[in-house]
Amino acid sequence: MKRAIGYQLSAISLIFSCWTVCYARPLSSTELINKAKEYDGKSVVYAGEAIGDVMVRGDFVWVNLNDGENAIGVWLDKELAKEIQFTGSYQTKGDKLEITGVFHRVCIQHGGDMDIHAQNIRKISPGKLVKEKLDTVKRNFTFILLGILFLVLIFVRRRGSRVAIS
Amino acid sequence: MILKPQLQDLKNIGYYSGKIIIGIGLTMLLPMVIGLLFAEINPALDFLIATEITLIIGLILTKVCFTEKDLNWMQGMVVVSLSWLAAMLLGAIPLYLSGHWQSYLDACFDAMSGFATTGLTLVQDLDHLSYAHNLWRHLIMFIGGQGIVVIALCFFTKGVSGAFKMYVGEARDERVLPNVIRTSRFIWLVSIIYLIVSTLALGIVGIANGMRTINAFFHGACIFMAAFDTGGFAPQSQNILYYHCLPFEVITIVIMILGAINFNLHYRIWTGDRREIWKNIETRTLCITTAITFLIVVIGLSQVGSYPRAVVMFRKGFYQLISGHTGTGFATIYARQFIDDWGALALAGVICAMALGGGTCSTTGGIKMLRLGIIAKALQQDLRRIILPERAIVEQRLHHLKEIFLEDKQVRAALLVTLAYLALYGIGALVGMLYGYPFLDSLFESTSAAANVGLSCGITTPSMPAGLKITYIVQMWAGRLEFMSVFTLIGFFIAVIKGK
Repeated sequence: MKRAIGYQLSAISLIFSCWTVCYARPLSSTELINKAKEYDGKSVVYAGEAIGDVMVRGDFVWVNLNDGENAIGVWLDKELAKEIQFTGSYQTKGDKLEITGVFHRVCIQHGGDMDIHAQNIRKISPGKLVKEKLDTVKRNFTFILLGILFLVLIFVRRRGSRVAIS
Repeated sequence: MILKPQLQDLKNIGYYSGKIIIGIGLTMLLPMVIGLLFAEINPALDFLIATEITLIIGLILTKVCFTEKDLNWMQGMVVVSLSWLAAMLLGAIPLYLSGHWQSYLDACFDAMSGFATTGLTLVQDLDHLSYAHNLWRHLIMFIGGQGIVVIALCFFTKGVSGAFKMYVGEARDERVLPNVIRTSRFIWLVSIIYLIVSTLALGIVGIANGMRTINAFFHGACIFMAAFDTGGFAPQSQNILYYHCLPFEVITIVIMILGAINFNLHYRIWTGDRREIWKNIETRTLCITTAITFLIVVIGLSQVGSYPRAVVMFRKGFYQLISGHTGTGFATIYARQFIDDWGALALAGVICAMALGGGTCSTTGGIKMLRLGIIAKALQQDLRRIILPERAIVEQRLHHLKEIFLEDKQVRAALLVTLAYLALYGIGALVGMLYGYPFLDSLFESTSAAANVGLSCGITTPSMPAGLKITYIVQMWAGRLEFMSVFTLIGFFIAVIKGK
């Protein structure tokens, strides 16, 4: 009986200690930045859209993941990065990725940057090209203003006085 | 007795403001072209709409207020302060139309922040902003840094003597060349050459660090405009942290320092007079203040132990300090880290650096090195007066482009502007505290806005109170124009209402 209780207590303490160093729930960038000291050096799960460029540095790459609040730099193996097809910009929606890795408040390897060194990467949803639809209201407004501008130009030129663009 | 402004005053102000507004409208065509090149149709329409509105207003003003009379001092100052407000209101139109700003006030905040080369921003989802809008954000820094009026002087004015009055109103009381129009053209020539060289350097580093070629050069151009004009905007939401690249940081430090140097010194360097750099009071003062404030930052960071290694502490500490001192506002840390990781002393060091600013006749804001040098020399003179016998004649000299004997009127002018800046920092901090923010946070953000720096400790967000946004807009405007033209505008409105 005593042994069983001992095993149970050990198991609970093991689970508890694991929980303190590894956060299975994806953390937001705000949580990571605001509680950086708490999460420093620990394994975290972070999810966000890959934005900008995937910057290759030797056998590794830098990719910045934006979760809608902030973007955080993720340092990951070049092989793992092959999964990234789209990065977010005006004309593209980037791949949404979930990474598991070690969070650094001050990364010694990278000049003190706050970053995550990824160990695993999972694509939650693929990115895509964003087709831009012409905003007809803007287009119509442009034509109306163009008409007014021409009228003003005629008014400016009409009396033969000097025009501003001289 | 206050005299009511005459119709001729209004005509002069309207005519020259109209010319400057037309200039702003024409500059909007550049991002429109970029939008078309990148197949960004709606952003291109945003700029076409803004250009049309701006040109309509400008043309009507120049027509209705047409005059051949030259500006007097009061009119010149009013033209400058009004033109800056007009630039904010009109420059915000394409930003607001993009849908990346929560309200028109937020777009105005960013437009003023850009024109005044501050760098505080309320943009949302910056990482998905179009090339056209991103270029505009940086271009307004370039335009504002060189001076909105300087552009008009270069392209729209043919030798009017009133040009100098507008030039002075834009906080540039020194001429590089005998004629202000030639000075303006020199400023633009220097800037364009630096733009080409720096864009190439940053672009090559970007490519070497894995960026796509087009992005590398686009970012290079944007970052140059923001660094040389000591602005602080960046194309991505993480600012300089996005690049994770030491050479990029080193190059931006060099550009920031170049931007903080008086254009007269640039001229001397260009004409081969390199000795002036070491003799000039501004350069010496900048070296001393950088050393002192950096020491404060280092002690502060060591106290809290945020950075475990000296190299890392130097890299992070020096970058934020130089960024603050030159009034740029680039950051390689998150805004919140200033509060959580830096500690009060290091933060105080950065606040001091931001408050002091860079060289006169440069693109920096703040008190500026020449004024600080003059005050220090005056203090030295007074101390010598106390120590030396009463009959001794104590003269104080300083070297700024030439040997100058220190006069009381110079000291008075330097002290007055310094006092005005300190009051502006204090008022902004007080408003921040009234909205419930802690003292140090409020002082940091207020100083950053008023000295046109752009570093943030986290107060500047789209959710901050509208009153605080307006306070910072006014601070950025007054700080950039160094008060005189703003005071003149206030006086002008009082004269309109109360004058006889």
